[in-house]
Amino acid sequence: MSETVRLDRVEEITLDRVRHVALLARLELGEEEAVRFSRELTGIMTHINKLGELDLEGVEPTSHAIPTANVFREDTARPGLSNDEGLANAPEKDEGCFKVPQII
Amino acid sequence: MEFEPVIGFEVHTELKTNSKVWCGCSTEFGAPPNTQVCPVCLGMPGSLPVLNRHAFDIALKVGLALNCSIPERTYFDRKNYYYPDLPKNYQISQQYEPLGRDGWFDIELPDGSCKRIEIDNLHLEEDAGKNIHPEGQMHVDYSLVDLNRAGTPLLEIVTRPDLRGKEEAEAFMRGMKAFLEYLGASDCKMQEGRLRFELNISVRPKGSDVLGQKVEVKNLNSMSVVLKCIDAEIERQSALLEQGGRVAQETRLWDEEKFETRSMRSKETAYDYRYFPDPDLVDVVIDNAMKERLAAEIPELPLARRARFVSQYGLSDYDARVLTAERQMAEYFESAVSVHNNPKTLANWMLGEMKSRLNEMGEDATADDFPVRPAALAELVRMIDDGSITGKIAKTVFPEMVASGKSPSAIVEEKGLKPLDDSALEPIVRKVMADNPKMVEDVRGGKKKAIGGLMGQIMRATQGKANPAVVTPMIERLIAESEG
Repeated sequence: MSETVRLDRVEEITLDRVRHVALLARLELGEEEAVRFSRELTGIMTHINKLGELDLEGVEPTSHAIPTANVFREDTARPGLSNDEGLANAPEKDEGCFKVPQII
Repeated sequence: MEFEPVIGFEVHTELKTNSKVWCGCSTEFGAPPNTQVCPVCLGMPGSLPVLNRHAFDIALKVGLALNCSIPERTYFDRKNYYYPDLPKNYQISQQYEPLGRDGWFDIELPDGSCKRIEIDNLHLEEDAGKNIHPEGQMHVDYSLVDLNRAGTPLLEIVTRPDLRGKEEAEAFMRGMKAFLEYLGASDCKMQEGRLRFELNISVRPKGSDVLGQKVEVKNLNSMSVVLKCIDAEIERQSALLEQGGRVAQETRLWDEEKFETRSMRSKETAYDYRYFPDPDLVDVVIDNAMKERLAAEIPELPLARRARFVSQYGLSDYDARVLTAERQMAEYFESAVSVHNNPKTLANWMLGEMKSRLNEMGEDATADDFPVRPAALAELVRMIDDGSITGKIAKTVFPEMVASGKSPSAIVEEKGLKPLDDSALEPIVRKVMADNPKMVEDVRGGKKKAIGGLMGQIMRATQGKANPAVVTPMIERLIAESEG
């Protein structure tokens, strides 16, 4: 399970962390790129850390700016896209399916 | 050293809704690939999910029925990982404020005792698509992805490690399946993947109260596979520990061909899902009115119904247990009893003839699929009870009903299976008695059992169309007459 990255604790996005995130995102990074991202991301995080200076005592965490709740749709099925439309952007397709590099 | 297994389950069940959890695509099983898809479940940029009310209601109802504590406010989180069957690159799930926590589920063990299994939490999420690996072709270097299933509402129920062996695991799985069917939460067809069990299993020296290192096993597509997997893991883990080794913390896959589990590569299980609240969805506030409305919809559950079947219909505990194991079977029974009130005979027919034919129809076949409807079975039993046909003839009528779907009276009429009336019967009885003087003597001498011998002969002579209730007094009368 991932530890929560607390803004006020992040000092440096180390090379190890860059490589870890790259693996999770299935990105292949060269050594030079990794070094550059480590530097740039550390800069970005330092900038974002400014938010940690705010006094948020008594402010409830939220993921929304608008206080809305309980938005539902009714359970009615309706037609979606055709198979052709659904696969229109697929780089490769076969037998009505998305074709991807072999899994397993 | 003797080891004991410690088992917990993650139950995944697709909820019985018409449409997916975030969009209006159909959840029907078996459609051609990628024909039940739309921008939302394909993860197209700019598309927005909206929660299916019915899916939420079902999930909450299950939470209430599992005695969970329900939060006043719940919400959805993104679980981030990359896999071709997950078009958004995250699964919408619930990590921080699941729909229910700290519940329990009572299971019944074969010896009749009850065991309480604690529920850690239950949460609503979406199912992924399906990866298809082309078979039978040489040099295949690709997989195919069908996203019809992506976005189907999925309920995950996580138990604590309270189960101690195969017997308990089986009781849990059967009990959970019946429970979900009774609630109408899912149709639980395991062959269609509507209900899936994942296993958490560790072993420890018997008598120890320390938990061993657990292993998670996926890809278990039937109850019998889960049970086989438990055996395989107990053996593997015990052997490791006996040799002084350690069980690694990992996720393993069941290998159907080798009858063992194998490790998934660590790359696939890099557990770092970076959960965070999904900003596309709003919170759900759960008030008392909502809880009361759903609690009122919880039907009588299997254990309660079983007790009622014993007290109300006078069934044996065993019969009541088998009849209530599946909701459809229990409803079939009650519906038949309401047409003809002979619970015991109806139960016998259902547990004998009907059940064996249902088993032949396949693992997922339920009483709802049975070609003979409850009213028709009730009519058959009524015809036996009022003497319109003999029990023996009923046994030949039943397969006809299964095959043709016709009513028993129509079949009896067509095939001339009515019992012989007295005038047709008497000459046959007389002849059998004349041919078997020894048996007649025995009956006359007070040997009641000898009547059975005569009855057998008469049945043979009439091809089962003699009603024993008529034949017995007729034999007695004829013997009395011959004396007089």
